[in-house]
Amino acid sequence: MKYLFRKLSLLAFALFVAVTLNFFIPRMMPGDPATELVDKMQGIPPEALESIKVAFGLKTDDPMIVQYFKYLGNIFKGDLGISLSRFPTPVSTVLALAIPWTLGLIGLSTVLSFFIGTVVGIAVAWNRNKRAASWTVGVFIFIRSFPYFWLGLLLIYLLGFRFEVFPVGGSFSPYVQRPSWDFFVSVLYHGFLPALTIVVSSMGTWILTMRNNMINVLAEDYITVALAKGLSLKRIKTLYAAKNAILPSITGFAMSLGFVVGGGLLTEMVFGYPGVGLMLFQAVQAKDYPLMQAIFLFISTAVLAANFLADLAVLVLDPRARDGGR
Amino acid sequence: MMLGDLWKLFLENKKALAGLLILLFFVGVALFAPWIAPYDPRGNKLVDQEVLEESRGRKQTVERTQLDEFTEERIYDQTFTTRTKETTVKFPLKSPPTSKHLLGTTHSGQDIFSQVVWGTRVSLSVGLVTGLFTTLVALTLALSAGYFGGRVDEVISLFTNVFLVIPSLPLMIVIAAYITVRGVVPIILILGLTSWPWPTRLLRSQVLSLKNRDFVRVAASLGEKPGFIIFREILPNMISLVMASFFQSTMAAIIGEATLEFIGLGNVSVVSWGTLLYWAQTNGALLSGAWWWFLPPGICIALIGTSFALMNFAIDEISNPKLRKR
Repeated sequence: MKYLFRKLSLLAFALFVAVTLNFFIPRMMPGDPATELVDKMQGIPPEALESIKVAFGLKTDDPMIVQYFKYLGNIFKGDLGISLSRFPTPVSTVLALAIPWTLGLIGLSTVLSFFIGTVVGIAVAWNRNKRAASWTVGVFIFIRSFPYFWLGLLLIYLLGFRFEVFPVGGSFSPYVQRPSWDFFVSVLYHGFLPALTIVVSSMGTWILTMRNNMINVLAEDYITVALAKGLSLKRIKTLYAAKNAILPSITGFAMSLGFVVGGGLLTEMVFGYPGVGLMLFQAVQAKDYPLMQAIFLFISTAVLAANFLADLAVLVLDPRARDGGR
Repeated sequence: MMLGDLWKLFLENKKALAGLLILLFFVGVALFAPWIAPYDPRGNKLVDQEVLEESRGRKQTVERTQLDEFTEERIYDQTFTTRTKETTVKFPLKSPPTSKHLLGTTHSGQDIFSQVVWGTRVSLSVGLVTGLFTTLVALTLALSAGYFGGRVDEVISLFTNVFLVIPSLPLMIVIAAYITVRGVVPIILILGLTSWPWPTRLLRSQVLSLKNRDFVRVAASLGEKPGFIIFREILPNMISLVMASFFQSTMAAIIGEATLEFIGLGNVSVVSWGTLLYWAQTNGALLSGAWWWFLPPGICIALIGTSFALMNFAIDEISNPKLRKR
């Protein structure tokens, strides 16, 4: 359990760093946006002004360190402040509206993309001297160099505008009753293009990682021995090579998760998909700082949690990790 | 692998050569932007002035002074009249590509081809500067962590691993939203400050492995100074990896810049690939079918990305013979 403990304490520390950054970023920026904001907001109700001032530590005479501990306490209570753009709704309530959509869209498509990418990576490595394999790798290298949001724009233009196959914007049709089977279908229909964007653009990473791991494993002596013993090729491919190649792939998955989630957020912005990404975009536009910061905290926590799950998977698959210490 | 050998192997590699040529093409476009771009990227009309005739008329004497018996001074007032023909050609608005506007025009009539050409300058230089900055930061951290080990290594590794799992895009967005100064320099700083963990991790493990090689041990036991060992023994042997992380960082920076600008967190009056996409999105290029507006900047980014990916792939093949085709 030493492995698990080490991973867990790293993630806990990362969470602590994220929370601390969240506190210090607004306080360390030049130009003092908080004061500027308060100056601009003379028209709004005085309670709102109070809450902004408290949120930014403008009102209090407390020294920074006391403010910091108050902030930590509030976070533990789940109090993330009050949204400015949707005053006086608490940030946590606003955020809760977006979370299910993001978990559904980004969560599912990331996992899907990892599985497809890994399977393709195995195939590409196994057939690495065939032309089709190197073409597949080439195409995905090219796609991987697109900015996420641009691939989304392209798909919206082609499949949403030019050929009108898929709806553009939103996550379900407003004309169907919820909850119902039709509603479910409508959600899938609306989610298809954004999901496709995420799957296609992140798949290249997993294909490449898996391919390289696989090729490294295939050069190992025990593969040669297995071949010499005349084991079936399928058995060698799956049980000997792929099973060992997938471990570094999962670790790689955990580490790349931050990037993929970032791409997912952008995809939401481009498609007007009502998840956390779109909300972050709107919060930035509206200068809704409390909401923006809460979103940053949420995304960090979610990515760290997913990381933990990936670590658990490594633990299950890798006896070396289970025995403690690598 | 030393620099000279690497360069030779690099040029012999087809992928590397292709990548290098694409990069050189864009560097050329950036350098010669004023000669390549047919119009001013911000202008939406062409004003041509032609002088038809110039006439010089002499008016009456204004002042006449007799200085002495022999000298007389006269001051004339003269007027010049010119007849000028000014032809203003307004560019068509949101026009699809024509022979005059190779990539069409924007909603306010700016020539998109000129914008893409000038945009290459900003996007490429931001990418390269950020890439260099990130690589230098990463290299410094990696060398100190790897060489000095112990406490130094523990602290650097801890923070590298922590920032590796904290998702960088939301962090970038939050920092950028608080910075009131919009422009290229803040973007470079934000991108640099959020993208050092990957290359640091990569480079550190290489330093560690080199540090334990015989030739480094010998140098150390001969009593060479740390500076000599680091810069003369370790660094030259990890040039390929340093190059790889420079390419990777530059590519990430170009995409990162485009992303921040696309969201509207850059200076929108700067002409770059990202702001081009921002304006295209803000003016609904997508859903009015103006494909010529959002396709070219994205394709440019993808091409640059592919060029770096190809060079990286080549470096991978050169330094890891297992990946080479047999």
